[in-house]
Amino acid sequence: MSELLIKNGFVFDPLRGIKGDRMDIGVKDGKIVEPGTLSSPKTIDAAGMTVMAGGVDVHSHVVGPKVNVGRLFRPEDKLFKSPHKSPTCSRMEMGCSVPSTFKTGYDYARMGYVFVNEAAMPPLHSPHVHEEIRDTPIIDNAAMPVFGNNWFTLEYLKNNEIENNAAYTAWLLRATRGFGIKVVNPGGSEAWGWGLNCVNIHDPVPYFDITPAEIVKGLIETNEYLGLPHSVHLHCNNLGNPGNYTDTLESLKLAEGYTPKNEFGREQVLHLTHLQFHSYGGDSWGNFESRAKDVMDYVNAHDNLTVDMGQVTLDETTTMTADGPFEHHLCSLNHLKWANTDVELETAAGVVPYIYSPNVKVCTIQWAVGLELALYSKDMMRTFITTDHPNAGPFTRYPQVIAWLMSRAARDETMKTFKWLERTIDATSIDGIDRELTLYEIAQMTRAGPAKALGVCNTYGGLAPGMDADIAVYALNPENMPSNPAEIEKAFARCAWLVKDGIVTVRDGEIVAEPAKRTVWVDVKVPENAQVQRDIYEHFLRHYSVKLDNYSLFEEHLHNPRVIEVDTTE
Amino acid sequence: MKTVTLTLTNPPELMLEGQNITPDNFAGKKAAEIATLDVWEGKQKSPLGKYFTVEGDGGATAEETKIVLRGDCTRVKRIGQQMTAGEIVIEGNADMYIGGWMKGGKIHVKGNVDSFCGIGMEGGELVVDGDAGHHLGSSPRGEWRGMQGGVIRVAGNAGNDTATFINGGTIVIGGDADIHISTHGEGGTVIVKGNAKGRVGGQMVKGDIYVFGEIENPLPGFQMVGEVEQEVDGEKGRFAHYIGDLGERHPVSKGKPVYANLYTRI
Repeated sequence: MSELLIKNGFVFDPLRGIKGDRMDIGVKDGKIVEPGTLSSPKTIDAAGMTVMAGGVDVHSHVVGPKVNVGRLFRPEDKLFKSPHKSPTCSRMEMGCSVPSTFKTGYDYARMGYVFVNEAAMPPLHSPHVHEEIRDTPIIDNAAMPVFGNNWFTLEYLKNNEIENNAAYTAWLLRATRGFGIKVVNPGGSEAWGWGLNCVNIHDPVPYFDITPAEIVKGLIETNEYLGLPHSVHLHCNNLGNPGNYTDTLESLKLAEGYTPKNEFGREQVLHLTHLQFHSYGGDSWGNFESRAKDVMDYVNAHDNLTVDMGQVTLDETTTMTADGPFEHHLCSLNHLKWANTDVELETAAGVVPYIYSPNVKVCTIQWAVGLELALYSKDMMRTFITTDHPNAGPFTRYPQVIAWLMSRAARDETMKTFKWLERTIDATSIDGIDRELTLYEIAQMTRAGPAKALGVCNTYGGLAPGMDADIAVYALNPENMPSNPAEIEKAFARCAWLVKDGIVTVRDGEIVAEPAKRTVWVDVKVPENAQVQRDIYEHFLRHYSVKLDNYSLFEEHLHNPRVIEVDTTE
Repeated sequence: MKTVTLTLTNPPELMLEGQNITPDNFAGKKAAEIATLDVWEGKQKSPLGKYFTVEGDGGATAEETKIVLRGDCTRVKRIGQQMTAGEIVIEGNADMYIGGWMKGGKIHVKGNVDSFCGIGMEGGELVVDGDAGHHLGSSPRGEWRGMQGGVIRVAGNAGNDTATFINGGTIVIGGDADIHISTHGEGGTVIVKGNAKGRVGGQMVKGDIYVFGEIENPLPGFQMVGEVEQEVDGEKGRFAHYIGDLGERHPVSKGKPVYANLYTRI
């Protein structure tokens, strides 16, 4: 029976609308309780500090085969950049843009995060994903299998068989112990198998003759048919190219007319991820410009959408995505090394190092686009902080992103370093935005909002009694905020305290305990579907290089599961 | 300039990781303090004084500090790693990574060195009187930004993979070189006064290579474009001029593609 009392902090809990009230938070046996029910708790004095729920990351590439390829083919990412071993951690830490599993867990915890959603799991390689989840300490993980280029999905949706696609989706979520429906460059990664791409949402997939628009709509219908906790999570077509904002708006419009059906408090039917990469105007790198306002005007006006930023942090990083054709395109732009793979019947992936330099105009415009998206947003419960780790920058830069969002001075300071400042200002509207976000809004963007969008806000992202006792305390006094934005960054980089499942995990920015981490997955019960069973059997017989019996994750790969059950049979 | 003399009196059983043996680390320290600096034998950390006797104090700055190493340092690695100024003289042989990532100053090795010496070099001078091992002046593993500047002189022979990803600076090899010279090179100069084995300039985009002797197996990606008279490292000679690697992407400057140059003495 362990009891804790976090006393006198300024509490920000957007799920309950609490905006910096001075409150006590009680913890008993790993759950949050009313402070009055505690008998003899240990006390944490949070006076003059900010108290929030543990952070929730909606989209980050932290585990799995492509992350590991990034680790393997970038030894230079570790050289002279790794702090070796902290005296208080049990494992060595390595890497910068693609940290080792251990460093990933420690660094998220140091920033006060407790839940990270792995953004793309190739179903065939789910055992590898789960092995790395097991080796990532402290933080709870979920992983979304990719569906947007899956042969089963393409065939079912081509014939508009939503019920069959739902049965297959439920089967695959169970086979991979997955969390939700991820879609990466719908149709495009399959087209990459022919050396092609789907450059817009009406460009049909070779052989399957289905368009990305049909895939996305079909998957939204599947998702709502099943009532999954999370919505369709979309990386839309034509990432990273000048003028792609029109494709993005068309992709967003696919959600029109759909309403969420679920029992998890989720209110969106489509999450569009790393929106920064999809909000560009112009028709060449020469007249490349921001269209963040056009995109955010649409998002602001439509309640059934959520987005995350994908903020460029101006670092040397490693891009990795299941968008195979995009990585090839990127490699032809920067001529650095390139890794590429095809995952049979399911997806593809590529990895390329990338340097976002303050001396390159396109990079500094990208930086402005990401911030504009957040600063134009009217609902921070639907706009989340990410760097699409590690694609636009490492997750360890979230504190810097928070400082940019909370402080015009921090943005100005960074803009001073730009070689093409005038052209960046001309091509964006960042210089005309004075908005500075509040701690409450940051709490919405980093915990309450993502938890709600993921459908896990009954356990994560809030501080209501009964929820997991995941609590981050930051050394920031909302009544006396530091004038120097570097202090804000410092406070969010190393939290004063992190309590995870009721255990004091971080103190003064150092790991002091490594509580058990969990794998969160979604188990969907669907009525027996003989046709889908036969289709699965047939595909494995004819097309897969593995046998059906060897495909599903073995129990021993699954580490400390937390199952979210969905029953569609009732 | 003040001189610190390190004499290896208690040789390590394993290789010794000596990255702290630099003028930068010795500057401003007395002999007794220098003896407490960390070195690693395998995974075990020990003070420098466990292996070396230390005589003399460091200068006020790295620039004013000279280090002389005596005794058999064949198994001491990383001497002068990341040094920015000052001087190191190694009286005999030394192990791997001597002068790695060095930015300035001078290292003189009177014997042989092993592999990875002068890798990731940005400036300064590394002189080896004997032979060098593999990956001389090369880029660190995975890194596409290799040697940026400085000079490496090896009087004897060099192993394979010299100057991989070289971007700038000069490497002079007095003897022969094994396979792979300036692979992926995008600048800089490599001069081989003896013979080269093969794969000279593979995937090279920019930069120069001079081979005074023979290339045993020249690459087909290099095309002869003429003959030139040139003075190279103080020696005048007539060279056949090749451009390449024609199988590789080449940058364009003033409307013309830029090629790497390979010269062999006629």
